[in-house]
Amino acid sequence: MLTYIAKRLLHTLPVAFGVSIVCFLLVHDRPLPVQYGLWVLTTLQGDLGVSIATGRPVASELWRALGNTLMLAVLATFIGFVLGCLFGFVAGYFRGSWLDKLASFVSIIGVSVPHYWLGMVLVIIFSVQLNWLPATGAGPGGSADWAWDWVHVRHLILPAVTMSVIPMGIVARTVRALVADILSQEFIVGQRAKGLLDLGVFRHVVKNAAPTALAVMGLQLGYLLGGSILIETVFSWPGTGFLLGQAIFQRDLPLLQGTILVLAMFFVALNLIVDVVQTMLDPRVQRS
Amino acid sequence: MTAANLEAIAKVEKSPGYWSGVLRRIARDPVAMFALCVIVAMILMAVFAPWIAPADPYRGQMLRRLRPIGTAGFPLGTDELGRDMLTRLIYGARLSLMMGVTPVIIAFLIGSAIGITAGYVGGKLNSALMRTIDVFFAFPSVLLAIALSGALGAGIFNGLLSLTIVFIPPIARIAESVTTAVRKIEYVEAARASGASGFTIVRVHVLGNVIGPIFVYATGLISVSLILASGLSFLGLGVKPPEPEWGLMLNTLRNAIYVQPWVAALPGLMIFITSISFNLLSDGLRSAMDLKA
Repeated sequence: MLTYIAKRLLHTLPVAFGVSIVCFLLVHDRPLPVQYGLWVLTTLQGDLGVSIATGRPVASELWRALGNTLMLAVLATFIGFVLGCLFGFVAGYFRGSWLDKLASFVSIIGVSVPHYWLGMVLVIIFSVQLNWLPATGAGPGGSADWAWDWVHVRHLILPAVTMSVIPMGIVARTVRALVADILSQEFIVGQRAKGLLDLGVFRHVVKNAAPTALAVMGLQLGYLLGGSILIETVFSWPGTGFLLGQAIFQRDLPLLQGTILVLAMFFVALNLIVDVVQTMLDPRVQRS
Repeated sequence: MTAANLEAIAKVEKSPGYWSGVLRRIARDPVAMFALCVIVAMILMAVFAPWIAPADPYRGQMLRRLRPIGTAGFPLGTDELGRDMLTRLIYGARLSLMMGVTPVIIAFLIGSAIGITAGYVGGKLNSALMRTIDVFFAFPSVLLAIALSGALGAGIFNGLLSLTIVFIPPIARIAESVTTAVRKIEYVEAARASGASGFTIVRVHVLGNVIGPIFVYATGLISVSLILASGLSFLGLGVKPPEPEWGLMLNTLRNAIYVQPWVAALPGLMIFITSISFNLLSDGLRSAMDLKA
């Protein structure tokens, strides 16, 4: 186990190096090797430079935005995971029935819908027509005064629900395939033959499907963190995606570079964690 | 033995082949066929836009801005500059489909080439190619596409370029794993033993076995690509105004959601319909190919 983790860590290093090079190549002006060395040194000290537009350090801008995006992405992943498991399980368990068709249809909508458009439609329904929830922003005081009360949380609902549709679709499709595969295996048939009740079979299916489903969930969290720009633009949510959008349109290169670097490194780290956790839960992964 | 006899033997020996079986199975899948019809309709709409569209997609009148759906003369209303929505949605299929499908086609060609080479040659070349691919995998696809087009600047070409770069790594990875599996099968070994060159083995023995799975995987990426391409335009990083493109139209109409909400939502519906059709067709293709009849 420890050797596996060590190996996986070593494998991550060249990837992280490559990521830093790609980010670096986006913005540079002096002879490349020299400037890359200097840039890595300052970056490792936590200094991502100064934003051209605001004159403030990129690291502090990024830190605040990262918290907002993390909040949104974690909530969205949670909603998506719960619904995705539900739909996927129902579809896989009752394979071929109308329930399967319905659940599969919902999950294919999840992976096909342009989420920025879904966000707009939800705003039209719940903000413009019904006037139940706010359309944009993160509540009074912006991102600085976030609190877990209704005034602020109601701003979180629409973007989180919109964002949850992607992991919902993907988790549902994965879980459906997993459940159908596990149910067709001999040990399940054997348990049924021995007279195990549906509840007991259910427990075995969950145990076997959980590691992969959790791994998919972890990766989805990473995709949402990195890909939040479209949804954050629709909802003016003050997170990293919104920051990235600003950086692109104001040609604020230090901010652009810093944001992309941090998000990509986050994703690399998350991949590593997912792999390690999955191996701990399911030792079969290590052997393959 | 007469000639007629020989012919009869030849006829018996000719089997219907793998691809005709796939075609036959997918033709029996009503959902996939419906999706295919929608896609063909979209393509026809894009090709014949000038003949189908009732008006000029660029000419608007400020006097008739943001008319609702069902207005006389403007069945789907007008946009924020008074241009006919129906016309612009029809014309929008041209750029949206082109921006969504082209990157996947180019990435399919390049990614398969990289993956098959890496998988067939193996060894150091494989490690070098696949480790480079891993670096691009370290970026979530949306982030990579946006970072690249943000750094390159807006425009159709830059959008296509960044999307192509995004889709090469996943296709190359699939191609590599399929090719590595096929390379170990005995008949490839036999071909090598009988003196066939590497190129011949890949062309004759490997390609036919790996292209199917790679192709199905690539068709599954088209819907992602469509959503991402329109997403780039939605952010102002792809197509520039006044060109009709669904993502861009969604962006420019975003401020109109308080005035004509359902008109503003129309371009997104077009993206949705196209993308779900490609996904359903890809799913149908996948199950038609997995089935061993």
